[in-house]
Amino acid sequence: MREITFVEALREALREEMKRNDKIIILGEDVGKYGGVYRVTQGLIEEFGENRVLDTPISEIAIVGAAIGAALGGLKPIAEIMYMDFAMIAMDQIVTQAAKMRFMSGGQLKVPIVIRTQYSLGRAHGSQHSQFYPSWFVNSPGIKVVLPSTPYDAKGLLKSSIRDDNPVLFIECGVLYRSKGNVPEEEYTIPLGKAEIKKRGEDLTIIAVSRCVQEALKAANKLEEKGINAEVIDLRTLVPLDVETIVNSVKKTGKVVIASDDVKYCSIASEIAMTVMENAFDYLDGPIVRVTSPPLPVPFSPELEKAYMVSDVKILNKIEEAFGYKLS
Amino acid sequence: MEIRKVQGASLSEIDTDPLKLLRKMVEIRKFEEKIEELFLVKGTLIGPAHLYLGQEAVAVGICSTLSKEDYVITSYRCHGHAIAKGVSLKKLMAEMFGKKTGTCKGLGGSMHAAISLEDGLVYATAIVGSQIPIAAGLALANKYLNKKIATVCFFGDGATNTGAFHEGINLASLWKLPVLYVCENNLYAEFTHITRSLSSRSVAERASSYNMKVIVVDGNDVVSVYKAAKEAVTEIRNLNGPIFIEARTYRMKGHGVYDQAKYRDPKEVEEWLKRDPIKIFKKRLIEEGIMDEKDYERIENEVTKEIEEAVNFAFESELLNFEELYKLVYVE
Ligand SMILES: Cc1ncc(C[n+]2csc(CCOP(=O)(O)OP(=O)(O)O)c2C)c(N)n1
Ligand SMILES: [Mg+2]
Repeated sequence: MREITFVEALREALREEMKRNDKIIILGEDVGKYGGVYRVTQGLIEEFGENRVLDTPISEIAIVGAAIGAALGGLKPIAEIMYMDFAMIAMDQIVTQAAKMRFMSGGQLKVPIVIRTQYSLGRAHGSQHSQFYPSWFVNSPGIKVVLPSTPYDAKGLLKSSIRDDNPVLFIECGVLYRSKGNVPEEEYTIPLGKAEIKKRGEDLTIIAVSRCVQEALKAANKLEEKGINAEVIDLRTLVPLDVETIVNSVKKTGKVVIASDDVKYCSIASEIAMTVMENAFDYLDGPIVRVTSPPLPVPFSPELEKAYMVSDVKILNKIEEAFGYKLS
Repeated sequence: MEIRKVQGASLSEIDTDPLKLLRKMVEIRKFEEKIEELFLVKGTLIGPAHLYLGQEAVAVGICSTLSKEDYVITSYRCHGHAIAKGVSLKKLMAEMFGKKTGTCKGLGGSMHAAISLEDGLVYATAIVGSQIPIAAGLALANKYLNKKIATVCFFGDGATNTGAFHEGINLASLWKLPVLYVCENNLYAEFTHITRSLSSRSVAERASSYNMKVIVVDGNDVVSVYKAAKEAVTEIRNLNGPIFIEARTYRMKGHGVYDQAKYRDPKEVEEWLKRDPIKIFKKRLIEEGIMDEKDYERIENEVTKEIEEAVNFAFESELLNFEELYKLVYVE
């Protein structure tokens, strides 16, 4: 199978879906003529024209607002918010408008938009360009939240997000953009709400999202060298959440580690931990372990940022500490 | 861009039955008076409600130029727009009561009651200004799909100070989107006079800096509003735009139904009450021999009866079953 980058996979998904559905428009800053700050939309304006790929002013409220309106008017808009930090500016439109519209209209409205964004933790972007707040959106019923960790997933999940009739927040991870992976040439999609077991194992379960899936896999490989077989689950979507895959794994292993880039307090990891408690408490034979970011803004200094971030080493250390393995 | 003024239009300048305009205005007036009573006298209704008393000429003048297919998107002060656009009074009243027969099955309430797709009432939002960029998106869809319908977006003077206003209006003008923005300048944002919040010399001047057609209209004169809207809507339907109307009007009562509005200068209130849009229109229709006192009484009686029926309907309607709520969050 051919290998392509994360960015190329995203671009292919956009391109194929735009060919398939002429109601799709893309809007965002620098997405048209320039081809996207991270080149995801490169070439699309040339192929699909200025009516379908729209460069917007620096107006996050209007980017999401116009996407919502266009969706209400019968289009399928894909809005790009350059950094997740900037999504905060459009919070009202995402959370208070798009997510609530269907409900408070008594089911009359639907808002089929995709909001693509990325977080740049790990790229020395400093405190204001590295934020990762999935729980803010997960806490808002009415929106789906998707986080791909590989090029394959990025393509398949983006296609499904585009075909979904609900607002979808599609959170990409900047440090994964250049990562490569196998992506078939043939058409495929990945359903929203299905986690994937990225590595099978019996001894413990590591649950992760986005970039941390890669760290979890590295940790699992090191564990294997010590004869410990870890199962790695990539949640892929937080809303809907695949509770079944989590619970089945915990029933098998009895040990759970959760890795995510958000800050521990009220994090995704906290929620998954409680989900395990509520659904598989009797199967646990150890504490539930969270590996997350510390309660600090992200430091700029690249070495300090590295120390800040979740890593395979941090995951291994926590495992050693919690379960009494001798790894070093 | 130049700011046009429309005021003192004569009846011969409009192509609609003035009695229809009057009737709609009376419907709004009586509906709102009933809501006020249900809150304050009877204590039947609770929660926020923002009455449209005094602004009737704006909603009626604008919406009477629209058809069912045209889009209206508005704020929480939305009862007037809903009625003017032709929603059933029963459905609207049931929404105030939170009943399943309401426009939003009782999940929206007063502030979102003007969401009724079958009436072209696309959305009503309680976050000030948030409808403005959404309206641009609706217009973008119409332009893209070559759908020759109008999008009309209502908001208040206070909304022109939000970021959403500036971002939305800039985008609409930049992309030449077919949307009619109607700012109902009632001089107050909640409890604060416009002179304490607006840096520009006027709303219209602010809008004109975004390089689009701007019209200032006497918002208490339904004939002038209709005239200004008719021309604007025709252009919008031909997918030109945007166009901005500042309708100068006055909130006869408080911001919300419980607000006694004691913070206003009594002189100001007195002057504006003299210009009650229904009173002046009625007087004019009688003077021009289009109707007499008796006709007006008949209209009032008919409307009163219709509203009583709406209240009874709302009272008797059922609540949505709680379990149903879970089916209304996502499209399956
Ligand atoms: C973003 C936001 N900020 C504040 C409020 C509280 N609030 C509700 S209505 C209102 C005044 C709005 O005034 P205006 O736009 O003139 O509309 P009017 O009520 O006069 O129709 C305020 C401040 C809100 N709902 N949304
Ligand atoms: Mg006002």
